[in-house]
Amino acid sequence: MKKIYAIASAVALATAFSTTAQAGATLDSVKKKGFVQCGVSTGLAGFSSADDKGNWAGLDVDICRAVAAAVFGSADKVKYSPLTAKERFTALQSGEVDMLSRNTTWTLTRDTSLGLNFAGVNYYDGQGFLVAKDLGVKSALELDGASFCIQAGTTTELNLADYFRANKMSYTPITFDKSDETVKAFEAGRCDALTSDQSQLYALRIQLKDPGSAMVLPEVISKEPLGPVVAQGDDEWFNIVRWSLHAMLNAEELGVNSGNVAKMMESKDPNIRRLLGLEGIKGKGLGLQDGWAASIIKDVGNYSEAFERNVGMSSPLKIARGQNALWNKGGLQYAPPIR
Amino acid sequence: MADEQQQESTPAQAALWRRPAFRAVVFQALLVLALCMVGYYLFTNTLHNLEERGISTGFGFLSLEAGFGILQSLIEYSETHTYGRTFFVGLLNTILVSGLGIILATLIGFVMGVARLSRNWLIARIATVYIETFRNIPLLLQIMFWYFAVLQPLPRPKQSLSVGESFFLNNRGFYLPSPVLEEGFWLVMVAIAVAIVTVVVLARWAHRRQEATGQQFHTVYVSLGILIGLPLLAFLAMGMPLSWDYPALKGFNFKGGMVIIPELAALLMALSIYTGAFIAEAVRSGILAVSHGQTEAAYSLGLRPGVTLRLVIIPQALRVIIPQLTSQYLNLTKNSSLATAIGYPDLVAVFAGTTLNQTGQAVEVIAMTMAVYLTISLAISLFMNWYNKRKQLVER
Repeated sequence: MKKIYAIASAVALATAFSTTAQAGATLDSVKKKGFVQCGVSTGLAGFSSADDKGNWAGLDVDICRAVAAAVFGSADKVKYSPLTAKERFTALQSGEVDMLSRNTTWTLTRDTSLGLNFAGVNYYDGQGFLVAKDLGVKSALELDGASFCIQAGTTTELNLADYFRANKMSYTPITFDKSDETVKAFEAGRCDALTSDQSQLYALRIQLKDPGSAMVLPEVISKEPLGPVVAQGDDEWFNIVRWSLHAMLNAEELGVNSGNVAKMMESKDPNIRRLLGLEGIKGKGLGLQDGWAASIIKDVGNYSEAFERNVGMSSPLKIARGQNALWNKGGLQYAPPIR
Repeated sequence: MADEQQQESTPAQAALWRRPAFRAVVFQALLVLALCMVGYYLFTNTLHNLEERGISTGFGFLSLEAGFGILQSLIEYSETHTYGRTFFVGLLNTILVSGLGIILATLIGFVMGVARLSRNWLIARIATVYIETFRNIPLLLQIMFWYFAVLQPLPRPKQSLSVGESFFLNNRGFYLPSPVLEEGFWLVMVAIAVAIVTVVVLARWAHRRQEATGQQFHTVYVSLGILIGLPLLAFLAMGMPLSWDYPALKGFNFKGGMVIIPELAALLMALSIYTGAFIAEAVRSGILAVSHGQTEAAYSLGLRPGVTLRLVIIPQALRVIIPQLTSQYLNLTKNSSLATAIGYPDLVAVFAGTTLNQTGQAVEVIAMTMAVYLTISLAISLFMNWYNKRKQLVER
C-alpha cells in the first residue's frame, strides 16, 4: 500500500502539469468538489478512528470537521483518507488530500524540506513507553537491552535512538507499518515495550485484551507538538486551517460552546461578537462567509468540548487536560485574538 | 554518355523520401527523438514541480546522519551512520532473504515436483496437496500466517525451548552458538579450499576415465572423505583453534551467539514454500515433456530408475524447466518486498519506508529502489539465460 502511494505520488509529481500553486487554489478546488479531503490515521482511538458504520470521530477528525464547517457551514462535508505514518506526507505533497490531521509532530525538518506547513498545535504530546506490568520495570532507564515495537516513519524512531544513545544503553527496534501491528506484536511478547506518543499509548492500551496488564512509564522523553498540516504555497488555505483551530480555542476561552452559541448571538461582549462574525473583519480576511466560526462552534463545539468528548474524562481514554489546558488555566493552548 | 545513362535510370528509383530504407531510419530517429523529449520534459518538470512545492531535491540527503535503528544488519550499522548506509543495510537484507529463498524454493520445488510424479500413491498425493494448497493462497496471507500464527505464539524468552544450554527457541528468534575463530584457523580454511579443488579435479578425472574405459569410480564416497577428512586433520593438527560463543539470557533478551529473527524466518518460509509450489509444477511439466520412450529406452539398457532420472530425464527436462525457473526466481526476489508487512528490514521497509519518510525525498528514494530491483532482476535473468544456453540441446 505505502509502496503504491509513494510510487503514485512520485509519478504524480513527475507528470503533473507545472501548475504554480496559487493562493486560493485549494479553497477553490475544495468548494468545487464540495468536500474537504482530510488525511487521518488508520485508526487511533480518541484522535481519529472509524466506528462500525464507517463514521470517523476523534480530536484530529474534529479539526477536519471544523475546517469543513468554516468553508461549507456544515461539518459533515469531509471525506477521510486513512494514511499510515509512512504514507501521510507524500499524500499531502501530491495533492491527494487537502489537509492532514493525523497526530503529526511539528519538526524543523518536516516544516522546511517536505514542502509542508504546520498550521498549529492541537495537542501537546511527548513520547513515552508502555510496558507489561509483570516485567517489573518502574523507569525507562531500566530498559537497557530491551526490544521495542515502533511504528515506522515517525519521530518516535528517532527519539528512541537519541534517548538510548544519550543514556549509553542498547536496544532493538522492531518497526511495523501500522500502530495496531505494533500492539499485536507487543501483546504477543515480540518486544518488551511499545513506544509512541503518550496519548497514543493510552489509546493503544485500551486496545489490549487485558488493558490492566500493561502500564505507561512516567518518563516523557521528547516534545511532540501535534497539529494539522497543509501543503506549502497556498497561504489562504493555510490561514483557514490555522484559524479554524484558533476559533475553537478562542471559543473555549470566551465560554462559547455548541449549546449556548445561539444565545450568544445576542451577547453584548465585543470579543464574542467578533468571534461569531457579527462585528469586525468577519469572514472577509479568510475568504469565507461571516459566520464561519459560529458554524464551527455549532457543529463541532469549542476545543474543550472536542477534548473531553474524544480523549478527556468523558471518553474511555481519560486523559487529563494537563499541558493542553488553556494558557490562563496553566496549560500551553493559546490562540491569537480574533479581531 | 555514362552521365546520361545514370540520369535516365534515376527516375526508375523512387525519390529519397519514398525509399523504404530511408523512411524506416527517419521514422525510428523521430521516435527516439520524441521519447528523449518526453523523458527530458518529465525530468525537468519533476524538478520544477518539486521546487515549486518547496520540497528539497538531490541526493545530498544520502550523506546525512540517519538517526534511527535497524533490527538486523549484515554490515556494521548504528544510528550515527548515514542514510546512504541504510540503503546498503536494506539492500543486503533483501539479497539475504532472496538468496536463501531461491535456494530453499529450488530444493522444495525439485523434491515436490518429482514426488508428484512418484508411483507411490501416498507420496504423489502429499505432493499434490502441498502444491494445490500453497499455490492458491495469497503470499501476503502466508507471510502473516507464519509470523503471527506460527512464530509469535512461541514461548517468551524466559520460558525458551532449549536444547542443552546452547540452542534456544522463543518468539524473539532462534538463538544458536556462533563460532569464534582463533589463531591457526587459517590452516583449516586452506584445507577446505584444497579439498574443494581436489574434489573438482577428481570428479573430472573420473568422468573422463569412465568415458574412455567405462570403468566407474566411487566419486561420491571418496569426495566426501576428502571434504571432511582434510579440514578435520588440519583442525586437529592446529589444536582445535575454534571456540563457541553461547547465547545466554541477560536482562530482557538473549545476548551472544547468533540469532535468526522470526521476521526473517517467517518471510523465508513463506517465500520458499510458496515459490516452491510453482517450481514443483515447472519441474513436473519439464519431466512430462520428456517422451516416455526415453525412459523405456534407458530401462531396456538396464539402467536403474534413479540413474535414469538423473542421467536421462532431468538433463532433458531442464531445457523446459529453466525458463520457467527464471521467472519464479524473479518473482521471489520481487515478492520479498512484502517483508514490510511483518517488520523485516528489507530495502523497501528500511530505505523506501523509513528513510523516505524521514527525508521526504520520494522521487530520489523510489528511483533508487526501483533501480535496485531492476538490477537484481536483470542479473538473475542474465545468469539464467547463460545457464539455459549451456543446457540447450547440443547437437553432435
